[in-house]
Formats: sequence, structure tokens, C-alpha cells
Amino acid sequence: MSSIISVANLSKTYGSGFKALKNVNLDIKRGEIFALLGPNGAGKTTLISIICGIANPSQGRVLVGGEDIQTSYRKARSLIGLVPQELHTDAFESVWATVSFSRGLFGKPKNPDYIEKVLKDLSLWDKKDNKIITLSGGMKRRVMIAKALSHEPQILFLDEPTAGVDVELRKGMWEVVRGLQQSGVTIILTTHYIEEAEEMADRIGIINKGEIVLVEDKTTLMQKLGKKRLTLHLQNKVSSLPESLAHYELELCDDGATLVYDYDTQGERTGITSLLGDLRTAGIRFNDLDTTQSSLEDIFVDLVRTS
Amino acid sequence: MNHRAIRAIYLFEMARTWRTLLQSIVSPVVSTSLYFVVFGAAIGSRITEVEGVSYGTFIVPGLIMLSVLTQSIANASFGIYFPKFSGTIYEILSAPISYFEIVLGYVGAAATKSIILGLIILATAGLFVPLHIHHPVWMLAFLVLTAVTFSLFGFIIGIWADGFEKLQMIPMLVVTPLTFLGGSFYSIDMLPPTWRTVALLNPVVYLISGFRWSFYEIADVSVSVSIGMTLAFLVVCLIVIWWIFRTGYRLKN
Repeated sequence: MSSIISVANLSKTYGSGFKALKNVNLDIKRGEIFALLGPNGAGKTTLISIICGIANPSQGRVLVGGEDIQTSYRKARSLIGLVPQELHTDAFESVWATVSFSRGLFGKPKNPDYIEKVLKDLSLWDKKDNKIITLSGGMKRRVMIAKALSHEPQILFLDEPTAGVDVELRKGMWEVVRGLQQSGVTIILTTHYIEEAEEMADRIGIINKGEIVLVEDKTTLMQKLGKKRLTLHLQNKVSSLPESLAHYELELCDDGATLVYDYDTQGERTGITSLLGDLRTAGIRFNDLDTTQSSLEDIFVDLVRTS
Repeated sequence: MNHRAIRAIYLFEMARTWRTLLQSIVSPVVSTSLYFVVFGAAIGSRITEVEGVSYGTFIVPGLIMLSVLTQSIANASFGIYFPKFSGTIYEILSAPISYFEIVLGYVGAAATKSIILGLIILATAGLFVPLHIHHPVWMLAFLVLTAVTFSLFGFIIGIWADGFEKLQMIPMLVVTPLTFLGGSFYSIDMLPPTWRTVALLNPVVYLISGFRWSFYEIADVSVSVSIGMTLAFLVVCLIVIWWIFRTGYRLKN
């Protein structure tokens, strides 16, 4: 897949001297859902703001659809729809008026049929004449998505799209995003909810302290960095483990009722076979076992801690 | 040129006027009528004529200018300040629109509102005093030039202000006094010589003088000086706005 966004050597230093981005290089592929993860203050919003034209870069270059965001800003920006993190809305405007305004702002001719489709897709059609101030938080969020989609962008930035949105609505939002991807829109989302990235993204980028720590295909990332955990439920509680088992670095939990063993799926040997053998030799019996895969959240926390 | 974007901003701003009709149009008309009652009737009964024109008639251009100046600043400063305050400015900044087009949309709408208001006040004045406009084209030219210039000035204030207090500060503390001292209600010839010299340092004197000339062919300073001073202020505002957008001052990080 070709790149629709190409960020090269991008740095941003604020007036206060704070370096929000340090030599960031990133390529977003056409048609993918890319999740940008990072703790608060990592530089996610700064990166998006620069690509969208809201903040000026200190150094580096960004191409959107092959167009430079500074020298060819009209072409570059017309490809992008942005849904910012905060709910910034014109409180006293109607839904229809504000979405139509956005379309005009991006230089597109009026197209009531298209606006109608967007509002219907986002379940806002019956609210089209309502003032935005009367809508719930979830609906306002959808109004912002409708505004971002009003000019038929090829790229959609969703900065924390489901922050403060209840579980049901969040799942509804995921459906909307998937639908958009199917219609050919490239989606870049930032999120605090790791499960969101795990659920939605094709690729994941992790940013910390202004640097891209990692960009990886989601499944590869899960495989590469994913740890598995074997939990053994013992027949009889044990108070301590024999010396012969020390090198497995086992953890005794639940007052000695369960044994936990972490292993690397990518390692040459997982050590499970020998562990089970050594347990039998040591006379430790178990009546059940289960394994779990570490989540993206664990991977994320690990990476951010070590970077 | 993204003319659709200019149109969108312009219509959006104009829609705000119709939504706040009482505040935008009715309130200035009411306060101007009160000026007529207080200044025209009460003071006018003691000052019968100024340079051959009845006092009530004499103050009409000054009253129109008073409203046009304050409303141009208020409309334009609020127009750009509010998106900054509410955060919706993100959309303007991320749209494929040049700075010139942004200014055209906001300042165009603010100036339009002031011009409409000026004309409404003129019509209202016609109900109180007999009016005859000697140079209607020049009158309109002064009206438009002043509305545009002070809308640009208001735009600058709106960008500069980072709170509602600052938004009010310049209009309240600078513009209103300058307007009142700028010969709205009197000819500066009526002042003692020293104060007359001081008054000539006030840019509003030139606006009101030129505007009054277009009505009655009487002026405190020559018309060409009036036009020159207004144009000079217009150019200063344009340079400041050009600098704001070039540096992203208070708009972009």
C-alpha cells in the first residue's frame, strides 16, 4: 500500500523551550486504520495539529497525498477531516447549519443529499434541526465527526474519539469508523483506551516523550511482544517452592494455591514441558491449568516504561 | 481563491446578527435615539446653530460614526474572539483557506453589519431632524471605509484578547473616549486653541470631519486630510494583520 501521509524529521519546540516532537518519522498507508498510542503529553495531539495546519512545525516536512502541508496547504488540507479531542461546537447553531458550514469552509459546493447521508449514517438525522447545545455529549461527538466528514475527506483524524463516551456508544462509534474505512477513508486515531486500538487498528504507533518508539502491524506486535502466562491451580497449597524450580522464576499466588509462570512465545523453548516434568518430580500436583496472552495494554505499559 | 469558504464565514457571521437582532441592531438604534433626545433636544435648545446647521442636524454624522466605530470593533473582535474562546477556531485553521480569505469573511461581515446599522441610524435620524446629504457617494465611501478600517482594528483586538476583559478594554477605554472627544457633538472650532491642537491628534476627528463634510460641506479639517488619515489607519491595520498571520500570533502554536 502507498503512503497517504508521510512525516519526515518532524520536530516541534514550543516557545517555552519544551520539545513536544523530536525528529518524528512516520508513514500512514492509504486505507488503513492507524492507532497512535501514548501517555498524556507524549506529543499525539501536537503531531496531529501540525499535520492538520493548526500548529507550525519547527523542523521537518509533512506530505499529505503527496502535497506539502506548507507550500501546498490547500490541496493537503482538503484531503483531511479532523475531529479534535475537545468538544468544540457552535452551541447555538443547528446540526444541519454547522455541518453545511464545514462543507463550505472546505470549498465544496452545496450537496444536501450527501449531508443527509452523513447525518443518517451517524444517527443524527432526526436531530438535524436541533441546536447543538441541546444535544448529549455522545451526539456532539458525532456532530464533530459529521463536520469532519462533510467535505468528503480521504483521511480522517480522530483525536480521542471515545473519550468520555459510554461503552455502548463507544462500540457504535467503532462501527462507524469501520464503515468509513470500508468506504476508503484512511483513519488515524489516538486513544487512551488500549482495547480500542486492539479492536480497531491495522497498525499501531507508540509515541512517548515526543519520539515514535515503535510502529508495527498490530498482530505482529502482539505476537512479537506478547507474553503468555501459564497459571497452574494446585491440588494442595504449598508454602514454598523447592530449589530445583528456582530458575523458572515462578510466582506463588493465592496463599500457595496457584503457580504462575510467564513465558515468551517467540523463544526457542517455552520451558513448559520441562516445568511440568520438574513439578512432577518435586511432587507438586495440579488439578487445572490455563494460559492467557498479554494484552496490548501490557505491551504498551512495558514499552513506555522502558523507552 | 476559496470563495465558498469566504461565503461560509460571511454567512455564518451574518446569521449571528439575525439571531441576536436585539443586541446587534435594535440596541444601537435605541441608544442613538436617546442621544437625539438628550443632546439634540436638551442641548440643542441652547445651541441653536453650528456653522449654519441646526445643532440636531449637525450631530447626525457624528452619531452615525460613533455607532459605526464601536459596532465595527465590537462585531469583528467578537467574531474572531469567540471561535478562539470556544475552540471552534481549529476548523478555520485546518481548512484550505488563506489568511486573506479568513479576514475577508470576518471583516466583510462585521463591516456589512456596521454599514447596515449606520444606514438604519441615518434613517432614524431622519425622523428627528431634516436631513440633506450633499455628497451621498462620498458619504457612502466614508461609511464603508470607516466600517472596514475599524472592523480590521476590531479583528486585531479579537486576536490579541485572551479574555473577555481585554476584549472590552480597548473599546471602552480608548475608542469611546476618542469618539466622544472627536467632535461627534461639537465642532472642534468651538474648543479653545490649545485643546483644538490636542484634538487634532485624535484620529477620530478626521473621520467625523470628513463624514460631516459629505453631509453639509462643513469640516474641521480638509477632506483630503480626512481620507488620507483614514487610509493610513487602514494600512496600519492591514500590516498588523499580515504580521499576525505570518507569525501565527495568538492563533497557532
